Amino acid sequence: MKDALKPATDWELASMIAGFAARNQPVEIAGYGTKKRVGRPMQTAATISTQSMRGITLYEPTELVMSARTGTPLAQVEAELAANSQMLAFEPIDLGIAVGAAPGMQSIGGIFAANLSGARRVVAGAARDHLIGAKGVNGRSEIFKSGGRVVKNVTGYDVARGLCGSWGTLAVMTEVTFKVLPWPEAATTLVYAGLPDDIAVELLCTAMGTPYEVSASGHMREALARRLDIAALAGAGGALTMLRIENFSKSVAYRKERIKDALKAYGDPIELEYADTLELWNALRQLKMLSDQSTCLWRVSTSPRNGPAVVAAIERHMQIEAYYDWSGGLVWIEVPASADAGASDVRRAVAVNGGHATLIRAEPQVRASVEVFQPQSPVLERLTRGIKAAFDPPGLLNPGRMYAGI
Amino acid sequence: MTHIALPEPDRSIVARRDEIAADLAALIGADAVISDEDGRRTFETDALTAYRRMPLAVVLPRSTEDVAKVMRYCYDAGIKIVPRGAGTSLCGGALPAEDAIVIGVSKMNRVLEIDFAGRTARVETGITNLAISGAVGEQGYFYAPDPSSQLACTLAGNLAMNSGGAHCLKYGVTTNNVLGLKMVLITGEIVEIGGAHCDSDGLDLMALIVGSEGQFGIVTEATVRIIRAAEGARPMLLGFGSSDDAVRCVSAIIASGIIPVAIEFMDKPAIEVCESFAKAGYPLDVEALLIVEVEGSEEEISDLLGIVTAIATPFNPKNILISDGPVQSAKIWKGRKSAFGAIGRISDYYCMDGTIPLGRLPEVLREISAICTRHGLRVANIFHAGDGNLHPLILYDANDAEQSTRAEIAGAEILTLCVEVGGCLTGEHGVGIEKRDLMRSQFTDTDLALQMRLKSVFDPTWLLNPAKVFPLDAGAPEDRGGQAAA
Repeated sequence: MKDALKPATDWELASMIAGFAARNQPVEIAGYGTKKRVGRPMQTAATISTQSMRGITLYEPTELVMSARTGTPLAQVEAELAANSQMLAFEPIDLGIAVGAAPGMQSIGGIFAANLSGARRVVAGAARDHLIGAKGVNGRSEIFKSGGRVVKNVTGYDVARGLCGSWGTLAVMTEVTFKVLPWPEAATTLVYAGLPDDIAVELLCTAMGTPYEVSASGHMREALARRLDIAALAGAGGALTMLRIENFSKSVAYRKERIKDALKAYGDPIELEYADTLELWNALRQLKMLSDQSTCLWRVSTSPRNGPAVVAAIERHMQIEAYYDWSGGLVWIEVPASADAGASDVRRAVAVNGGHATLIRAEPQVRASVEVFQPQSPVLERLTRGIKAAFDPPGLLNPGRMYAGI
Repeated sequence: MTHIALPEPDRSIVARRDEIAADLAALIGADAVISDEDGRRTFETDALTAYRRMPLAVVLPRSTEDVAKVMRYCYDAGIKIVPRGAGTSLCGGALPAEDAIVIGVSKMNRVLEIDFAGRTARVETGITNLAISGAVGEQGYFYAPDPSSQLACTLAGNLAMNSGGAHCLKYGVTTNNVLGLKMVLITGEIVEIGGAHCDSDGLDLMALIVGSEGQFGIVTEATVRIIRAAEGARPMLLGFGSSDDAVRCVSAIIASGIIPVAIEFMDKPAIEVCESFAKAGYPLDVEALLIVEVEGSEEEISDLLGIVTAIATPFNPKNILISDGPVQSAKIWKGRKSAFGAIGRISDYYCMDGTIPLGRLPEVLREISAICTRHGLRVANIFHAGDGNLHPLILYDANDAEQSTRAEIAGAEILTLCVEVGGCLTGEHGVGIEKRDLMRSQFTDTDLALQMRLKSVFDPTWLLNPAKVFPLDAGAPEDRGGQAAA
């Protein structure tokens, strides 16, 4: 990122984009470049980074709202929140380890541009659910805004939320405003060992169906559990099925017992203390166990009850490892490296069971030759092209990152 | 109360009513088409009753395919469409036009599939909001967004307006509770977006569609999140000698780390009307009242309400009442949820819906009072205090044209004030026709043009829900589907 252009203001950014437009040169949009290896490879003339647009511009703990310029490091945002016992409830994941980049280096803008959400997403909502306002510059070099700093806002279309998950293809966001929530006073994790995938996901769904607000629910196979290397779970043995309970201390103590009662049929869980709970879920936020760079990595979102069926369908064709999050509805799958990263088998499994698949880790030539994001129907593709043109008619910003020619 | 301009209808289309109605009857059956005057009159307005327009015709399709046939027909013939749920919009979002066909989804109200393991329900969007919770309630689940009109309003309308409700402080608004949509485009094409899984693929079209006020397409089916209800819930009432104290108490509750499921605020005029209607036990000797509801087991609830009581104490509450059981809880909520109706029994009112940063509330309340006094009008304030969403109800006499105009002017001044202090024109009701001409107070021409281009992607010839959301003279022709601004 040494050679990247680093505008400090919206105006500077707009004039840079105008310059690229005048020369008809496409440009790569990045923060700290931690997700450069995700998406389709691009041909661009230069890189614009948000790194010089940083700083928290508004923080009202009693209104549960924060604004930050998009180049602000996530670590700075989370440190400021932690100082007030608050947090980003959607618990953004870090793709660094998974794609062979440095972890802990993300910008807050990149989190929303990629709509990265972690384990608590299943109860608290995704990154996009927490974004309430954005400012940015589009491919017409126009400075625009959408939303604002209040949580309830239906004035005009929800353009800010529409920028989430657009991977810098529509606009360069320069400031984001988002909801924050109190950090829970206490937390514990119940870990059930040695369950096969289908039984484990049944357990997760049963737990999520209790009134006790399980805040995270995941399952991983034995090989991944070994890579995770959490001391408190060293003796567990086999696959790990994990439920996190967060609340005031007294409630955690009460709810934990009720959940154990409801899940008696699945055996006795290991109970993790607060510190071990933090260590475990921090490791999961970093996808620490999805580290085998010799494999390709897929991310599949499906209905929770179909997660194991997707995995079983793919497994008939190749040796894989799987980590289930979101009650079984989000599955991270490591597959052997190959010319198409197993795309045909993965996509067929998803077509049968519903949902979508994204190729997160593969060599650039693979990401150039197979669809990285879920292929779209012709009508949806037409709408996607139209939206791209509404923001970026010359096609300057991250061209082809999500879909060829868009 | 009729100073909002509506475009002149296209007389050549109005003249063809009989022919168009016959075409529609041939497409989807005569029993689904209403073209006689009495039948059409039922649809001439929504909950913004000061504005009325007789629609060209009304169709009430029974399937997505029938919606698609009608939309394709209108697209080919260049006929405008006004989508309609239950017609409960407070901003004129469902106001018909004389040269437009109303497509109502109210007959498409089936529950199609419930998946308790995956915690989703797939429904047709003509279902009422409350009926979704009704379909899953016995198993202990509910659909979270709960607008006050939930007994009547449809999911289709909730999706169009991104509706909220009293309990969205904890559970979010409509956009946060929808996973999948089936939508008919103006071309008659049927698209599916998202599904029974988290986060749709590709660009977040769902984010743009939810809250697009029926201007992108007609959503006929949706997959929504259903949530397992807490073991129990209980509200408490906190009465204060001043609004300032009540607001400071709200900030202190949130700062403590407790997120109640709801924090509702009423001022003295609102308390009096609601109490006389619902006999909920609201105190009458206070200036401001908070309803705070928490969830959990019996013990958790009493612990949390104890903490809230302790937090409130420094703000000198004059009255604290913890609900003693389900009957009293229901009464407390009945008073709040029927507030608009109760006030409607004593006066016509004009309901505002701005949102402000909570910290600015005391000054905004004083200014609202000053604005209404200046215009010689009374106001009752009811709002979702946890998220700063205000509902000032300006009381006026609809039969007095001059007073009606004053009410509209006062309303516009209040909404402009909301924007000035860092808030927005509408928190959950939508823009419709009502706030259309105020959009420039919140957005630049560039912001509006971007939104208009997004509409053009979905509705290239601007046939869907015309003359709403955007000022009639906003945008260049290339931003508005090639049409010149008025």
